[in-house]
Amino acid sequence: MNRFWGFVKKEFYHIFRDARTMIILFGIPIAQLLLFGTVITNEIKDAHIAIYDQSKDEVTQEITTKLLSSGYFVLDQYLESTADIEAIFKKGKVREVLVFEAGFAQSLEKEGKAKVQVIADASDPNVGKLLANYTSGIINDYMLKEMGEMQLPMQIKPEVRMYYNEGLESVHMFVPGIMAMILMLISAMMTSISITREKELGTMEILLVSPLRPVQIILGKVAPYLGLSIINAVVILLIGHWVFGVPIAGSWVLLMLESILFILMALCLGILISTMAKTQMVAMFISMIALMLPTILLSGFIFPIENMPVPLQILSHAMPPRWFIVILKNIMLKGTGLLYVWKETLILLGMAVLFTAIAVKKFKTRLE
Amino acid sequence: MIKVESISKSYQATKALNRISFEVTQGELFGLIGPDGAGKTSLMRILMTLLVPDEGKASMSGLDVVRDYKQIRQLVGYMPGRFSLYQDLSVEENLEFFATVFGITIAENYELIKDIYVQIEPFKKRLAGKLSGGMKQKLALSCALIHKPEILVLDEPTTGVDAVSRKEFWEMLKKLQQQGITILVSTPYMDEASLCDRVALMQKGEVMEIDSPARIVENYTRTLLAARSDNMNRLIQDVRNWDEVESAYAFGQFIHVTPKRNEMEAVELEKFLMTQKHEKLQVNEISPGIEDVFMALMKEKE
Repeated sequence: MNRFWGFVKKEFYHIFRDARTMIILFGIPIAQLLLFGTVITNEIKDAHIAIYDQSKDEVTQEITTKLLSSGYFVLDQYLESTADIEAIFKKGKVREVLVFEAGFAQSLEKEGKAKVQVIADASDPNVGKLLANYTSGIINDYMLKEMGEMQLPMQIKPEVRMYYNEGLESVHMFVPGIMAMILMLISAMMTSISITREKELGTMEILLVSPLRPVQIILGKVAPYLGLSIINAVVILLIGHWVFGVPIAGSWVLLMLESILFILMALCLGILISTMAKTQMVAMFISMIALMLPTILLSGFIFPIENMPVPLQILSHAMPPRWFIVILKNIMLKGTGLLYVWKETLILLGMAVLFTAIAVKKFKTRLE
Repeated sequence: MIKVESISKSYQATKALNRISFEVTQGELFGLIGPDGAGKTSLMRILMTLLVPDEGKASMSGLDVVRDYKQIRQLVGYMPGRFSLYQDLSVEENLEFFATVFGITIAENYELIKDIYVQIEPFKKRLAGKLSGGMKQKLALSCALIHKPEILVLDEPTTGVDAVSRKEFWEMLKKLQQQGITILVSTPYMDEASLCDRVALMQKGEVMEIDSPARIVENYTRTLLAARSDNMNRLIQDVRNWDEVESAYAFGQFIHVTPKRNEMEAVELEKFLMTQKHEKLQVNEISPGIEDVFMALMKEKE
């Protein structure tokens, strides 16, 4: 036991004395979280619009006010002719132009309908679609409230509510994803690098000829990173909760236990990588390419799994973060208990056991 | 104490060790002498249970290096060729780490390492990476000794170390030997061979000769002449081109010449060289050193 603690102490010296390691361990996760949380967002905020109001009556004024007070739109300017539309889009700042037909209020009153054209800059299709949706949503809302008393025959009013994320805030989506990504990266990359470093510097030779058993070496390597990764997980959750307002509806204890399971799985994966890689560079390369990219692309973190081609969907089953993200979303957003995530938990557990088994089997007690 | 029986080891196509056999007795200071690529490191790694031989058997203190590798790792001390301590740990922390790895405290075996460690103790708070070459070696030796090994295996401990530190290092080895530790040491420096009890001269994976340095030299019966002049480059060319000469090598400020006839005297060579218009000539007969023997053996092999 003493040997083990001696080894762990040495590992902590390595970690705390290397500025790069400290930055990767604590600087990068926080920076990534803040970046992803604020930069990658599907929401619209202060989109610039222009309005070509050919009617300039009471109703068009009211709609305009409602649009601008929604917080999504900022008025860039009023246009005076159809030709201005093209010109203002070309300038690039304005993302959407609203055109009210002449005599808007009159025709609404007389015929029960009036025309407003929404022209969106779809050079960024997602943003264009979102803008158009938001605009028509706001106009519809106005119509229903203001014109409600007119009692149009048989209107179906779908009322949509976005459960678990009423505001459709993307940060709720991203925090679990970033957490999975960071824990995966830190745990797997740092352990694999720290083991291959011993190989590279030749100290592995001395460790091997010492009475330390492979299990002691492996556990001694894993223990410090397990501790530090748990701290990381807590920090991410706290930032997510207090800075980005991501709810944690379920149990904190379950959330932490699941996180520890995922960290362990990633650490085992790191050891597995280190048994294959001879140098730190190779270990880092494998961790980055083989772990980072699939985590981002195939785990459903950014791109929905349902929309992927079938082969990739099948491949995504092999991605540990995929299951962890499901667990996180369930516990954090839906507040469900273990009963609803036992399947994913079992899968992660299975992966951890599998990786450990291969790693221990592949760990060499000799140099070759 | 160490027994090697016709060990062979290959890496892909290259044969690193070819049927090597020797024995080292209890308390002996045994040297593996040979240039880079002679197979010294491979042999030591096999003995240290780090590599498995392709053929042959070896044992350390009666334990088989393949089967009983776990027990062997308890009772041997090893200093690899490259400085293999933690550079980001201080002198003291390194020593402490290796002590705990072997399940002991520094205090328990302090007596053994005391002579060596006191020399680096003033720098015990310094990071190992910031030590000079000689101090690094002393620290590495301390770490290899901290668990009081029966056998000490040192792979080129003095490579890249200054002359004074080298001398000190060998004095330390002698002291350790007096405490009953069996020592196997490798070195590319021929001058260090004479400091060993017995040496194995190695070349290209084979042992050319095993004996005490003195006897190796004694058994060498060829005449050896040393020569120098004001133009050494031309001198060595001229000597080599003379059909009375078997071989000639540069040795520091002289060239060592092995004539074909053992009876040849220094004057004969001098006369010949005078005909070649060499000036400031200096030729005399010398007794061979271990390096001369090594060169001759190498030539014989070819």
